[in-house]
Amino acid sequence: MSVAAFAELLEGLLYTPSRLGKLRLLREWFATQPDPDRGMGLAALAGDLVFRTAKPSVIRDLVAARTDPVLLALSHDYVGDFAETVALIWPEDARRNAEPPALSEVVEGLEVAPRAEIPAMIAAWLDTLDASARFALIKLVTGGLRVGASGRLAKTALAEWSGQDIAEIEEVWHGVAPPYLPLFRWLEGQGPRPDPNGAPVFRPLMLANPLEALDLAALDAAAHRAEWKWDGIRVQLTAGPGGHRIWSRGGEDISGAFPEILDAMAGLHGVLDGELLVIREGIVAPFSDLQQRLNRKAPGPKMLREHPAAIRLYDILFDRDQDLRPLPFDSRRAHLEAWFERERPPRMDVSPLIPFATIEELSAIRDGARAASIEGLMLKRADSPYQPGRTKGLWWKWKRNPLTLDVVMMYAQRGHGKRSSFYSDYTFGVWRGPPGSDELVPVGKAYSGYTDEELAWLDRWIRNHTTARFGPVREVEKQLVLEVAFDAAQRSTRHKSGFALRFPRILRIRKDKPAAEADRIEAVEALVATNAVPTEAGADLG
Amino acid sequence: MPPHPETWLRVTEAGLYCAPGDFFVDPVRPVERAVITHGHSDHARPDHEGVLATPETLAVMRARMGEERAGRRPQALAYGESLTINGVKLRLVPAGHVLGSAQVVMDYDGSRCVVSGDYKRRADPTCAPFEPVPCDVFVTEATFGLPVFTHPPVAQEMARLLHSLALFPERTHVIGAYALGKAQRLIAELRAAGYDKPVYIHGALAQLCALFEAHGVRLGELRPATVADKASLVGAVVIAPPSAIADRWARRLNEPVPCMASGWMRVRQRAKQKGVELPLVISDHADWPELLATCAEVEAPEIWITHGREEALIHALGTRGQRGRALHLIGRDEDEEGE
Ligand SMILES: [Zn+2]
Ligand SMILES: [Zn+2]
Repeated sequence: MSVAAFAELLEGLLYTPSRLGKLRLLREWFATQPDPDRGMGLAALAGDLVFRTAKPSVIRDLVAARTDPVLLALSHDYVGDFAETVALIWPEDARRNAEPPALSEVVEGLEVAPRAEIPAMIAAWLDTLDASARFALIKLVTGGLRVGASGRLAKTALAEWSGQDIAEIEEVWHGVAPPYLPLFRWLEGQGPRPDPNGAPVFRPLMLANPLEALDLAALDAAAHRAEWKWDGIRVQLTAGPGGHRIWSRGGEDISGAFPEILDAMAGLHGVLDGELLVIREGIVAPFSDLQQRLNRKAPGPKMLREHPAAIRLYDILFDRDQDLRPLPFDSRRAHLEAWFERERPPRMDVSPLIPFATIEELSAIRDGARAASIEGLMLKRADSPYQPGRTKGLWWKWKRNPLTLDVVMMYAQRGHGKRSSFYSDYTFGVWRGPPGSDELVPVGKAYSGYTDEELAWLDRWIRNHTTARFGPVREVEKQLVLEVAFDAAQRSTRHKSGFALRFPRILRIRKDKPAAEADRIEAVEALVATNAVPTEAGADLG
Repeated sequence: MPPHPETWLRVTEAGLYCAPGDFFVDPVRPVERAVITHGHSDHARPDHEGVLATPETLAVMRARMGEERAGRRPQALAYGESLTINGVKLRLVPAGHVLGSAQVVMDYDGSRCVVSGDYKRRADPTCAPFEPVPCDVFVTEATFGLPVFTHPPVAQEMARLLHSLALFPERTHVIGAYALGKAQRLIAELRAAGYDKPVYIHGALAQLCALFEAHGVRLGELRPATVADKASLVGAVVIAPPSAIADRWARRLNEPVPCMASGWMRVRQRAKQKGVELPLVISDHADWPELLATCAEVEAPEIWITHGREEALIHALGTRGQRGRALHLIGRDEDEEGE
């Protein structure tokens, strides 16, 4: 079976919107593909294929040698995804006649070929494939297979196809390796259950429901505990004699990307729940800093130095082999604090509980928290056991209300990737100076928050109200008022206005409001965070 | 020495203007005299006084905007015929884009400029093929002016559609296609691929399909889709304007497969963004290799670009010794291909 079949699966998964449809495609893959290809495909989807010698830079070099750099850059800018850009721009040889490689041939080739031979091998494969198969191959090589099918979905399909329980599959998963021949033999009733022999296992996380006004009114303050909701990513740490792992919320193994955390887990034995953050000198960095770490499968020394990761602990699920999950939150919390006192692991701390007496008091605390690293509050029932999934009535997330301003659109720019057909990025400003001779000064740029219909409307409005064009940017008539929401206002030297907004997004198009009545610079000044977290210039999104 | 075309052709707010001939090509607002390359709405606007175009384009304009708004003084100029206006000799040459689409060839005082409108180089059973005309300035579009755009052979895309129809015999395939040109080409290509069942069409396509038939384009049996009952649409092909594939009438069909026939479908996220499940890369515009090949074939030292992704094309032309210039025409649709 060739790479083309795998490419077809990837396309199917991308274009099929429903979960049921995706599961159907995956079941069909397991039922129809031969070994070892079906296991290789599964490994690719589950993120279990990591090639040490084939790096994205190999692909970059190959395409650079075959294309004009300006055209490549413009194409990348338009398409958005680099792998897809390469797949589309790769010059096709009309005389191509070699057989396309099998999926397993590709995987084996990438694993065993000497480093020096890898580029020529990949180039030869690419020459035999069409654009869709080239895309699949490049994604395979660079390990960036996010195709709308997480490892969890693939395992669900495996469970449905085989009739085996998904929890059972999860248990044995970490005891098998691609192409998972013993796993498939077991699932097809032709072999014994593979032995996970103490390998670390992901346990599904307990999740919170958003708190609505109605729930809030019914909430009993005394029965709940509050903590900050940090703006990082939820992770689970599993540590023990069988190995150490960092799992994302969805059960993806992200250990490789955070070696310093793995080091900090040395000697520990248990399962912990926490928030992965970038923390510099005790201060939580903006999410964009963490994002840079998440983009790297294997961070270099500079990245490790400048974007140090840490874990802020929320909960403990296991202490050694003792399962604490059935215990109420208060007991687990006490256990977590005692555990932390005992172990004192580096790069970790315990997320503090916030004392409060009434919901009104808590609400004031929430409104007062302007630090960008805080998304809001978590409310947890004191007696809640640790239950996988999103059980209603146990944990709540209570996000902070955003700040808002009425601003005037000044410039619009085309988006990237799937939004490159729309003017979707807007620079906006507020009024400054004495009335009558006041001017608009830019305070930020927003490229989210609107619905598809609003985006289409904005795009049309921009095209009809353009006064000048500079490359991809259009200057527009200063008429349209937008209500923007943002997390914080900060002083900034990057804007003429002297201010920048953090994570601004369009809340509403105020067709009703004349531009002259939009907000003035004084309104921005009044909102500047008093306890704002200092950020690097590069992370300033304004 | 003959005058450079930039001395007698200029960009105005209404569009490209030929000063000695005192006419506009594809103006975006009503003018006294307009030469229209083809019937798409970003080229053919209503309410001009004089309109010069191929007989097919005039018929399309009448069908789309009604007799009163399709130009007060229509004048037909067939392919190959010529006409001289104040010393400007004017000729219309097939552009291969849609039925009636033409390049405007202008000769003035020994210099020649060709305004190609929109064009493609692939065979299209519904219109006459593009003819390259050597010139001093070639005015081109650049809708697909990036090297990522190489349209696959139409037959390959039709095979994917037929494969999907065979794979999901219960599901209605609703294909988004522009009402003028793309829809009829798609039907004709389906017929060429051996599909002989009735094709269901959205009401917005009926008049233009009839017009194509009247011009000798065979489309086979067509039935109205919007009034058809759900049962008769099981496993059928329905063709609708792109905006209508997610409409309520389409959603009520049996597990519809939303398809889209467009050059943009080459880029995954563009297809995904439109909610398309079966993207068909079929375009009525030149792809990147065709843009470059055409610019080379007309041997023009200078290429003017009306709309699209001019930056990449100008760069690529530069490396081939041709000077590219962006006209930045306002009012052309850069992102939707048909219109
Ligand atoms: Zn057109
Ligand atoms: Zn056009």
